[in-house]
Amino acid sequence: MIPQSFEYHVPRTLEEASRLAAQFGADGKFLAGGHSLIPMMKLRLAAPKHLIDLTCLRDLAYIREEGEHVRIGALTTHFRIESSALLKEKCPLLPETAREIGDVQVRNRGTIGGNLAHSDPAADWPAAVLALEAELRAVSPRGERGMAAKDFFVDLMTTALASDEVLVEIKVPQLGHGTGAAYAKLHHPASGYAMVGVAAVIALRDNGAVERAAVGITGVGPKAYRAFAVETALHGKPATQAHLNAAAAHAAEGVDVNADLYASAEYRSHLARVYTRRALEAAVKRARAAATA
Amino acid sequence: MATALLGERIKRKEDPRLIQGRGHYVDDIVLPGLLHLAFARSPHAHARIKSVDVTAAQAAPGVVAVYTGADLQGKVGMVPCAAGIEGLKVPEHPCLAVDEVRYVGEPVAVVVANSAYTARDAVEQVEVEYDPLPVVVDPEKALAPGAPRVHSKLADNVAFVAKLEGGDWKALEAEPGIKVIRQRLINQRLAPVAMETRGVVASYSPGEDLLTVWSSTQIPHILKTQLALMSGVEENHCRVIAPEVGGGFGSKLNVYGEEGVACYVSKALGRPVKWIESRRENLQATIHGRDQINDVEVYVRPDGKVAGLKCWIIADLGAYHQLLTPAIPTLTALMIVGAYHIPCVFVETKGVFTNKMATDAYRGAGRPEATYIIERVMDLVAAELNLDPVDVRMKNFPSPKDFPLALPTGVTYDSANYQRTLKKVLKAAGYTKLRKEQERLRKKGRYLGIGLSTYVEICAMGPSSRMPAGGWEFGSVRIEPTGKVTVLSGTSPHGQGEETTFAQIVASGFGIPYEDVTVLHGDTGVVPMGIGTFGSRTTAVGGTAIYLAVERLKKKMARIAAHKLGVKPGELEFKDGKVQTAGGEKAMRFLEVVAEAIFAKQLPPGVEPGLVEQCVFEPANFTFPFGAHLAVVEVDPDTGEVRLRNYYAVDDCGRVLNPMLVDGQIHGGLVQGIGQALWEEHVYDENGQLLTGTLMDYAVPRAHQFPWFETATTETPTRVNPLGAKGVGEAGTIGSTPAIVNAVVDALRPLGVRHIDMPLKPEKIWRVLRSASAA
Repeated sequence: MIPQSFEYHVPRTLEEASRLAAQFGADGKFLAGGHSLIPMMKLRLAAPKHLIDLTCLRDLAYIREEGEHVRIGALTTHFRIESSALLKEKCPLLPETAREIGDVQVRNRGTIGGNLAHSDPAADWPAAVLALEAELRAVSPRGERGMAAKDFFVDLMTTALASDEVLVEIKVPQLGHGTGAAYAKLHHPASGYAMVGVAAVIALRDNGAVERAAVGITGVGPKAYRAFAVETALHGKPATQAHLNAAAAHAAEGVDVNADLYASAEYRSHLARVYTRRALEAAVKRARAAATA
Repeated sequence: MATALLGERIKRKEDPRLIQGRGHYVDDIVLPGLLHLAFARSPHAHARIKSVDVTAAQAAPGVVAVYTGADLQGKVGMVPCAAGIEGLKVPEHPCLAVDEVRYVGEPVAVVVANSAYTARDAVEQVEVEYDPLPVVVDPEKALAPGAPRVHSKLADNVAFVAKLEGGDWKALEAEPGIKVIRQRLINQRLAPVAMETRGVVASYSPGEDLLTVWSSTQIPHILKTQLALMSGVEENHCRVIAPEVGGGFGSKLNVYGEEGVACYVSKALGRPVKWIESRRENLQATIHGRDQINDVEVYVRPDGKVAGLKCWIIADLGAYHQLLTPAIPTLTALMIVGAYHIPCVFVETKGVFTNKMATDAYRGAGRPEATYIIERVMDLVAAELNLDPVDVRMKNFPSPKDFPLALPTGVTYDSANYQRTLKKVLKAAGYTKLRKEQERLRKKGRYLGIGLSTYVEICAMGPSSRMPAGGWEFGSVRIEPTGKVTVLSGTSPHGQGEETTFAQIVASGFGIPYEDVTVLHGDTGVVPMGIGTFGSRTTAVGGTAIYLAVERLKKKMARIAAHKLGVKPGELEFKDGKVQTAGGEKAMRFLEVVAEAIFAKQLPPGVEPGLVEQCVFEPANFTFPFGAHLAVVEVDPDTGEVRLRNYYAVDDCGRVLNPMLVDGQIHGGLVQGIGQALWEEHVYDENGQLLTGTLMDYAVPRAHQFPWFETATTETPTRVNPLGAKGVGEAGTIGSTPAIVNAVVDALRPLGVRHIDMPLKPEKIWRVLRSASAA
């Protein structure tokens, strides 16, 4: 499997990377772990003329706590997130999601930023950052800006990033008291991507009612999305099984559902509802545990 | 330095180099002046080639030459088919298509360039104008009157019809109380997906008129003969080398058009050429496996005794015959009664052309289909008569005393004790407890399923009378002056581990350290003759040839030592590096006897100097390994997902020479068999486009999807060879597929489910669950 020929660039600074991207426009493409882009190039589904390798920008691989947030550098590998003691304590949804990505080799190489910027409709991270209401920070010659996760995923493999913008950081708010989160995924048997992947964050009031619900769903539509109808259905309601079931029924509402050899649109919609219910159940359970902790 | 005995769990000699990346595969072969090939392939399932314009490709920088089918016509022989079936239609199969393409991925032109990258890019500049023709993908539609013909020169799409019949059907059909159960079973198309794709390096030296070919093949000697015939280079000027081969599973038991093209190009240009298949090409244009439709009729008595079996097989052969394409489904017919004494058999096998890649041998090759049929039949009988599947099997097994057992299918099973393996697997799994657990869970709305498979297979292929290219195997043993032993085998192991097993046979025979034995294979310039590695034959047939050569050498060495020691040759044994009398009073070191034999100072009269013996072993029969597998699954009632909870396998491959290698073969085999049951399916759409053309779409099983397998063996030696070994390369694949399907159907029995076709994808099961709950 041989890709079309391309020029390979190794910028030493973020500014240089951004400048190269601006120079090449649509002919350029950033390379991070390469686990999404390289297979597409080998299949000749993608044929960038210029590949701008970001992996030398080692400053972009970090996980650190800052006030109420955890900041993750875009070039942090899935494995580092999976095994981070800090994240296991402060934001366990991220290690839980990382565990579900590809296999060990993929997780050792692939990065959270590359994954998000590629915006594969069945990738795992988009669901997690949506549910966590993370901020995605990018740098360009025009400066730095932050985008809410819900505004980041625009369409199939399309994000809000400008072509010269480099995704540099994922800024995740720490979960408060009485909050639980969970990721539930059905793996595609061939690709390992999500046939459906649902990340749920639930905050409970002292009386057991849902204070806040955020649900990110991947693998179901042309892009990962926030399931607002599910969230609304739960808001203020006691987190009973009946309410969770009723809310989960909205999981694929208004979505143009994908179909492939392993799941028709009808079945995938059903899976979205079942896995949403399961993610909600697990998140509520953890929220209750967190409240009593 | 230990003397490795047969039956010991010994680590593989092959592994240190393989796991350190120090082995050499075809792509590691680099020769001076090497050129690279890339193939332009048909995007159509069926089309007339109107024109091929290679001007642009030819002009691309770095491109040395471009050849089309027309350029090669009459200069390279056809892709060969070795299957001998009465009335078989064998359509012309050129290495590069000439007038017509008949499947997606069929090679149309070849680009020769100074790098693989240049060649690949230039392929896109080969301009082929096609005139699409009607496509036929479904083999049943291909049989319908007026169906588009894959080969317009042939009257229809039927390649052959073969019938196999035995027993007194008239009496059976008239028997009062006989019940007939009918079922259609579909055995889907699969891709073998060896880890290493195909690859070939061909190097022709004009001065010596010598063609050397490195190929990722299971059959270097057969390939040498065929490439000589195709290329026109005399066979004694051809050498084929199979270096490390990264898996084959039957897909490299073949001769491919690309190999013929590589030989032609190297000869035409006088330069070495290399072709390494991409994974996409591998999925498109390396042979596929299985793809049969089986309509079964079972004649069963009220007590569960199966008295007759009829089966109509439609085998989808694809567009052309590869080496053994039409022979594979005939093995299904041969093994269709499985491990049961069924007196009446009727099988009609229809081989059908379609606009798809050829099917051929894939791990099990015809026998997984047979086993799937008969093992599903046993469960259908149990369900229909409301009997336990264990009881139905026990009732239909022949007694261990019945062997050798001649069957109405025309084969004679060598030895078996089916009751013993079944009892052992039931005990290992705790069958009675499992059934109780199932009962409990059913009450809670959970679907636990228990599936059995008590398979028998046909291995150690085989007697030459039944094999197109002969079924013998060559082995030679040579003792060097330093006492080290060099073994040559005509087999071509490529992952099975016989460098280890053969060294065990030799070391234990001579009583010398296992490290002192080196096994060479896979080079026709080194090994005088051979058949190859397939059909679980390498140890049973190839190992026996080596064993017999060792025995001959031992006789000679005993004569030499006896002469020296003043004893009779029969009094001597080979033990602990010595040739000695039973008590060890009189002894010579092994190395001393070797020196006597080779330096030849005081040889007994009539004894030739040197220690080299060879043997060509011709087996009198196949062997018939067997086993009992039990799968425990749970079906998710919400989504239809199948979770494989436990898997127990008790296999009997005759005498076990190295339990670690047997475990390895069983584990790998199980994974492939379970993969077919649950996930794998090579899918073409109605236009003949391959929908599963990448590993993002074709679901190869992965280690993390499986529980730990509980494996055990019983040993029922065969008398077909002196080692008593039967072969184990395909057992896991053959046994496991029906165990899984039987388990899932068993789980869903309360819903009235009697059969679901593979692969058991969750959506299929969800639909079954949904319609059951609606009913």
